Amino acid sequence: MASDIKAQVSRAKREDKIATGILMAIVAFIFILLAALIVYIIASGAQKAFDPSFLTGKPEQFKEGGGIGPELFNSFYLLVLTMIISVPLSLGAAIYLVEYAPGNRVTHIIKTVIEVLSSLPSIVVGLFGFLLFVIYFGWGFSIISGAFALTIFNIPLLVRVIQQALESVPTTQRDAGLALGLTRWETTIHILLPTAMPAIITGIILSAGRVFGEAAALIYTAGQSAPMLDFTCLDFSSPTCPWNIFRPAETLAVHIWKINSEGVVPDLAAISNGTAAVLMICVLLFNLIARFVGKRVGKKLVAE
Amino acid sequence: MMQITERDTRGAAVEAEMREPVLATHDVGVRYDETKVALSGVNLEFAAGEVTSLIGPSGCGKSTFLRCLNLMNREIPHCHIDGEIVYDGHNINTPDENLYELRQSIGMVFQIPNPFRKSIRDNITFAPRCHGIKDKKRLDEIVETSLVKAALWDEVKDKLDKSAYALSGGQRQRLCIARTLAMNPKVVLMDEPCSALDPIATFSIEDTIGQIAGEGISVIIVTHNIEQAARISDKTAYFLLGEVVEWGDTDAVFSDPKDKRTQDYLTGRFG
Ligand SMILES: Nc1ncnc2c1ncn2[C@@H]1O[C@H](COP(=O)(O)OP(=O)(O)OP(=O)(O)O)[C@@H](O)[C@H]1O
Ligand SMILES: [Mg+2]
Repeated sequence: MASDIKAQVSRAKREDKIATGILMAIVAFIFILLAALIVYIIASGAQKAFDPSFLTGKPEQFKEGGGIGPELFNSFYLLVLTMIISVPLSLGAAIYLVEYAPGNRVTHIIKTVIEVLSSLPSIVVGLFGFLLFVIYFGWGFSIISGAFALTIFNIPLLVRVIQQALESVPTTQRDAGLALGLTRWETTIHILLPTAMPAIITGIILSAGRVFGEAAALIYTAGQSAPMLDFTCLDFSSPTCPWNIFRPAETLAVHIWKINSEGVVPDLAAISNGTAAVLMICVLLFNLIARFVGKRVGKKLVAE
Repeated sequence: MMQITERDTRGAAVEAEMREPVLATHDVGVRYDETKVALSGVNLEFAAGEVTSLIGPSGCGKSTFLRCLNLMNREIPHCHIDGEIVYDGHNINTPDENLYELRQSIGMVFQIPNPFRKSIRDNITFAPRCHGIKDKKRLDEIVETSLVKAALWDEVKDKLDKSAYALSGGQRQRLCIARTLAMNPKVVLMDEPCSALDPIATFSIEDTIGQIAGEGISVIIVTHNIEQAARISDKTAYFLLGEVVEWGDTDAVFSDPKDKRTQDYLTGRFG
């Protein structure tokens, strides 16, 4: 009997060891693959990526030595606009779904739709945006068309992140608020949102990284041309005014795609690598910021 | 006998108030999902300054009943409350009852201490501010008086701006009590407030309960701890399978239960 148990225990231990070993091997493989990719991308573009004249310069059609100044600006401008539109919408939707209508049939349908939307290929979102914003609304290839396409692309993810953040706040916190005679709105705004805020902020910043690197949704909405911008121009209808939301605006990711598919500049590879490195560094920064800000906000809100 | 002399010292005002129940239920029943009856035919009365214990085996509807009294069950979409709940002379179980006012006068303390993720001070001032008290001095007063009433003031007066999560479990629970007292309630409902606490913290909560009742507040407490019920309550109600089997003065219920089932439960022969 005793030896039976002993054998069983040692077998369980052995199995545990093997499982741990296999899992670690898988993790190590994935980690090395991703790390190598990141290092490779940054290394092959580093020379350009840290060159100020490349970062601010004007793109060239036929000559060597073009820069990515307008693309860099466009990427950030589009990102900010997209976030201004999609964060409030997602926040509202998530609050409604979690706090106001949990568990009924409509909520269920909406949740399913959001899940389906989140797995929609981004090129489909782009073509839909092309039909609706570019053609039907007549906004043409423009920043605003791009921002709305990116919003469609971003909302499903953002709603899910905020939903999960709200759901992870213990029910006892809701009860506490309601039992003090607060309305659902007061409870949500003053108790649940602050508690969920670190997770929400982290989610927003991570989704920003995804939006920043998106190309397919923008090719047919924000367009593929980047006129040089004139930051002294205050005429909001001029195509060279950086703030004009109706001008076409190629972003970094679209630039990489375009240069590789139809570029004729001699230093094509260098420009493409440099742009990719810049993109990669920005996305990495977003991730680091997300962690840092998430932690800080968390500490601050619990008054520690 | 002892209880009567104790009450005499509480003053005539409280004494006069005590004759009329502050809260009473007539034939209260609860259904979940229209078909699942969790509670039926509960008739109880709660007087000011009195502590009432609700005891009984798990799943027999004590929490469900407690959550009727401040209409917290309304927050559960598939929960339906029948019968009359009379507070302050009128039936509150009506669709147009103002839940937000009601819950200020009928406070609730939960099983797991659930302070907000805010500072100790903000935990207490948060609800009063939402209800429109803005004056800084008045808020400071509220913080002090409610912490004193909850017997927590001495322990936290120097760290009011620290996080509530830096407190021990027992302190957190007393903070939750203080937060409830800040609303000046007439009734305080407690659902197993000590079940997550060690004996020492439990005794200090029991002390606090005694003090609150001394202020003329009616305390209704669900507990699984029979000795606790005997120690702290004036009245005891025994719940079984969604009904009240026995209700009366704690001394009487414990020394001479009328119902055989109560006797079995109290002597541990239940089930
Ligand atoms: N939200 C709910 N939905 C459906 N049924 C519920 C819900 N809450 C409670 N019930 C049911 O109502 C009955 C009474 O539950 P209740 O929580 O009131 O018991 P209790 O006496 O407080 O038990 P315990 O001592 O374990 O806390 C149980 O059968 C339970 O399954
Ligand atoms: Mg219970």
